[in-house]
Amino acid sequence: MQETAPPLVIDVLTVPPYKPSLAGRLWRNWAVRIGGTVMAVLLVIALSAPWLGTVDPTLFDAGSRDLLPGAMGEITNLDNESSPHKFLFGSDSFGRDIYSRVIFGTRVSLIVGIAVAALSLLFGVLLGLVSGTLRRLDGPLMRLMDGVMAIPGILIAIALVALWRPSLSTVVIAIAIPEIPRVTRLVRSLVLSIREEPYVEAAVSLGTPLFTIMFRHILPNTIAPLIVQGTYICASAILTEAILSFLGVGLPTDLPTWGNIMAEGRVQFNQFPHNVFFPGVFLAFTVLAVNILGDGLRDILDPKMSKRV
Amino acid sequence: MPIFLLKRILSTIPVMLIVAVLVFMLLRLTPGDPAAIIAGDAASPENIAKIREGFGLDKPLPVQFGIWFGNLLTGNLGESYFFKKTVVELIAQRIEPTLALATLTILIAIAVAVPLGVLAAWRMGGWLDRALMGFSVMGFSVPVFVLAYILIYIVSLKLGWLPVQGYSRLGEGTFWQFLRHLILPAITLSVIYIALIARVTRAAVSEVLTEDYIRTARAKGLPEFTVLWRHAFANAAVPIVTVIGIGIALLIGGVVVTESVYGIPGLGRLTVDAVLARDFPTIQGVILLFSFVYVLINLAVDLSYVLFDPRIRY
Repeated sequence: MQETAPPLVIDVLTVPPYKPSLAGRLWRNWAVRIGGTVMAVLLVIALSAPWLGTVDPTLFDAGSRDLLPGAMGEITNLDNESSPHKFLFGSDSFGRDIYSRVIFGTRVSLIVGIAVAALSLLFGVLLGLVSGTLRRLDGPLMRLMDGVMAIPGILIAIALVALWRPSLSTVVIAIAIPEIPRVTRLVRSLVLSIREEPYVEAAVSLGTPLFTIMFRHILPNTIAPLIVQGTYICASAILTEAILSFLGVGLPTDLPTWGNIMAEGRVQFNQFPHNVFFPGVFLAFTVLAVNILGDGLRDILDPKMSKRV
Repeated sequence: MPIFLLKRILSTIPVMLIVAVLVFMLLRLTPGDPAAIIAGDAASPENIAKIREGFGLDKPLPVQFGIWFGNLLTGNLGESYFFKKTVVELIAQRIEPTLALATLTILIAIAVAVPLGVLAAWRMGGWLDRALMGFSVMGFSVPVFVLAYILIYIVSLKLGWLPVQGYSRLGEGTFWQFLRHLILPAITLSVIYIALIARVTRAAVSEVLTEDYIRTARAKGLPEFTVLWRHAFANAAVPIVTVIGIGIALLIGGVVVTESVYGIPGLGRLTVDAVLARDFPTIQGVILLFSFVYVLINLAVDLSYVLFDPRIRY
């Protein structure tokens, strides 16, 4: 009557459990895939800007002012030679090619985003490590950070750029400064929890120098959340740079940046909305891609954080 | 526990003090002669010398800070060389549009974001939830001024429903005139705020929804609305109120941009004008004011926890 179950033929020991590599897990996440792909495309655009059918973004032609997207016109080079040119995105009130300016603007935005992220991570990590390991400096340093965080970031950036001569490096520093406290706080809180781990205790009891503990035992464990944080900082830096340039307090106006193109286009927005539209679309998609990439990275690298929000 | 209450209120003093020091140092740490910066690019050497003396810039730093801070405490923020007025007068003149814009924005944001966040948490993974999360990532990514121009293009230029720019002072025209000029700016500004509040509301409410007392409330046959509103939302209020306070920083950044795009003569516009004119006393004054408001609002948020959560007592 009683039927015996068929014997289990799969030997669990010989089949290793399938565990995809980190790269594999990242690629399986749709957010990383989409965000990463868009970022890669933008990077290619930025690197190959001169070969994408663009002309020098500072060249202009008085006869080609305020052309609509797709119109034919002429562009004059530095030797005063005019040549026919198709204005894919139209032209601005100086007769410059918006397409070329937007494509070259990709460079500026990516440089600013990456440089700000790197700079604020560097200083945030240093200050956070100091604050988390050296008790005596913790109090004063965190009060200072509270103070910086109490001032709305964009106001610090605006004021700093206004005081210094506007250039790429001053804009990068000005945007990075208000981001530093957030990184510092993150690193400090990570350090405080990692410090309680048994392996750190073991290192301390073996007499490992503080410096080695900081950089060999604690720092590597903060990398995953820092990559995620860095991505978000990159997105917000690209946005802030565009806002500064748009308000006229950012990069020098002769540099082709998305914010600068829009700042110029806003004057005659009623008649020629394309001046604002094209750089705006590029800006929004770039920031969106970086943000989506950040969300995906957070889900995979930092599962604790993704549960919180 | 009034001692805790007192401690929390007193804890804002060192923060504000540090803010004051930072704003003071901003000008002094700049490469170049601060007097020349204040005087502007076209100033004569006599003018610069006069300013150096007037601001006490020839004295040692701590003395300078003492003078400056003393003035600050008596409500003297200095005088704007560009606008030919005291900074306090300027701020008083420009504060109404900003207050009106910020108030309307916060009202719109809360009215939209909280119900959406609660509904998204209620049907987590559903279409509304996914749409809201998608919207919130977009809200963080689309720059305020791009959004402003899209809205101006559609609503004002194509449909002609609302004015493109400008501001009508409260009491000068009709109330509707006043409101008409604020609707588009407030909607523009509220998008990022909605994204932020909705996200946090969703997270907070969804966490509460897993509690046992929610199951109990449902088991005893309460209507779903009561479960969501009285039991879930009420218990999720603290993080939501907190994020509304933190979001004020976003709002201040947004005000600067929005007022510039819509031509509203408020504090945000004043900031940009002052920066373009390198009018340093005004920049300092506005930054100080914005920061103090931010700190005070977050103090108020902390204190308001008592109202939202009876478990918290001060």
